[in-house]
Amino acid sequence: MKHTSYLALKYLVVLAWSAFVVFPFLWMLSTSFKSANGVTGGATWLPWLQYEPSTAGWSALFGGPGGVNILRPYLNSVIVTLSASALSLVLGTLAAYGLSRFTFRAGPVRNGDITFFFISQRIMPPIVLAIPFFLMLKTLGLLDTLTGLILVYIALLLPIAVWVMVDFFNSVPRGLDEMAWMDGCTPVVTFLRVILPNAMPGLVVAGMFCLIFGWNDFFFAFTLTFTKVQLLPVSIVALNSSVTPWWALSAAAIVSVAPLAVLAFVVERFLSRGGLAGAVR
Amino acid sequence: MYRQKYLFLLPGLLVLVAIILFPLLFTIRVSFSSWDVYNPGLNWIGGDNFTRLLADSRYWQALVRLSLLTLATVTLQYVLGFGLALLVWRDIAARRLFRVLFLVPMMTTPVVMSVIWRTIFHESLGPLNPILDALGIGAQPWLSQAGHALAAVMIVEIWQWTPFMFLMLLAGLLSLPQEPYLAARIDGAGPIRTFLSVTFPMMAAISTGAILIRLIEASKLMETIYVLTSGGPGTSTETTSYYIYIRGMRDFQIGYSAALSLTYLVVMIVSLTVIAKALTRMVVKD
Repeated sequence: MKHTSYLALKYLVVLAWSAFVVFPFLWMLSTSFKSANGVTGGATWLPWLQYEPSTAGWSALFGGPGGVNILRPYLNSVIVTLSASALSLVLGTLAAYGLSRFTFRAGPVRNGDITFFFISQRIMPPIVLAIPFFLMLKTLGLLDTLTGLILVYIALLLPIAVWVMVDFFNSVPRGLDEMAWMDGCTPVVTFLRVILPNAMPGLVVAGMFCLIFGWNDFFFAFTLTFTKVQLLPVSIVALNSSVTPWWALSAAAIVSVAPLAVLAFVVERFLSRGGLAGAVR
Repeated sequence: MYRQKYLFLLPGLLVLVAIILFPLLFTIRVSFSSWDVYNPGLNWIGGDNFTRLLADSRYWQALVRLSLLTLATVTLQYVLGFGLALLVWRDIAARRLFRVLFLVPMMTTPVVMSVIWRTIFHESLGPLNPILDALGIGAQPWLSQAGHALAAVMIVEIWQWTPFMFLMLLAGLLSLPQEPYLAARIDGAGPIRTFLSVTFPMMAAISTGAILIRLIEASKLMETIYVLTSGGPGTSTETTSYYIYIRGMRDFQIGYSAALSLTYLVVMIVSLTVIAKALTRMVVKD
């Protein structure tokens, strides 16, 4: 008897939290199919019964009336996120391999300090860097450009890549490198031929975190671009400040959030296989 | 042959130093100038910005508010995240489905979801108040009263980032060895006793890590504030980052906001180091 009530409570809590998680998603899904009538009369949930479904919100995204142009921002976001993630991953993987395999020394500075320097950049609040970034990009003529944003995003993502990859390389046995060295491979060749092909799990986790933090950033895109270049989160927030067409807003939000939500499945697979244990330690 | 080792480290290190260190040094220099809309440029006014900052009660209020908000939300995220991780750890149907579901919010763009939350909290058109009404709690002035607005910010932060705690802690739970649990069962320990003397101690290290990461990220809080409340009503939900944003990017008081930024950074580094030391000591003692 006691066992049953414990089980019931357990499922109750899990279902309650699931409802909390799903709530905003359901709300934006239903709102995206409303027209003005379905919104201004108060909250409604059920199509046909409570409101007449309409595709106005969705057609607005693709050049329909009341148009919101999010296609170009979408493309910009893809370009910036992918380029910055790829560059951070390359630089971060190289640095992490160096830090995990060789000894660096400059005065009192050791490997651990260098690793800490990389990771500690995550402590920096974006606002502290925003104004200098603004002036720096202005000097370089990179304000309001994709290149400027990519540069800034590398500063955001590189620490994450180094962090995950140092941990990963530390768990790869050194014997692998030493065998290649004995065969006469230089460190660079060893890295490219022996280590890199075995580094896939680490690269996937690091890449995933880079994508999440890159795609989801708003603040730098907001302060460093104006008219020529706009990223997706900025254009959606801009919708919010205008006369709030909730239906178009919700449709845009769904389109923006969907690609990364899929990553939850990937992360869960890693989790259930025990593949993340090493990466998050 | 080991000359090549620099080929690995230097590209990344130099890029990061170039992108981060120069701006930071520049900020330090700017904080001793009165750079603003009217007099853009690097003059030298000594520590005037810092004396002004000491008397700026709006700044200190924002800092205190941020600290309390951060501590409260991170604590709640930890408790909820740990609880949820324990629930879907084992012995539950469809656990992989629940795991995916519980992870999704951390993948979503915070500002975009904040825009949606704003419609949810909308006092007359949003869906939350009708539900509260039906539950007999009654409609709440979510974004127009200070206490409620802070609660709204906390709800959004908890929705967004409890999944991160959940992820870290579940990964930890899944990597625990089985033997201590067998021993506990042989000793006849109940579930609560097993949790307190087996699970929790083994999870202490990963808990510390997860809490520290969340404290660091949460203390930057500003995007949610910007979208959800714009710091209002009045200044009642302003966080430090948001206040600096107003001074720097809106009023364009570059010199003063640089001084605010540096103070903020120092306060953050000092308090996070103290918290990190304290947490680590607790873990080591156990």
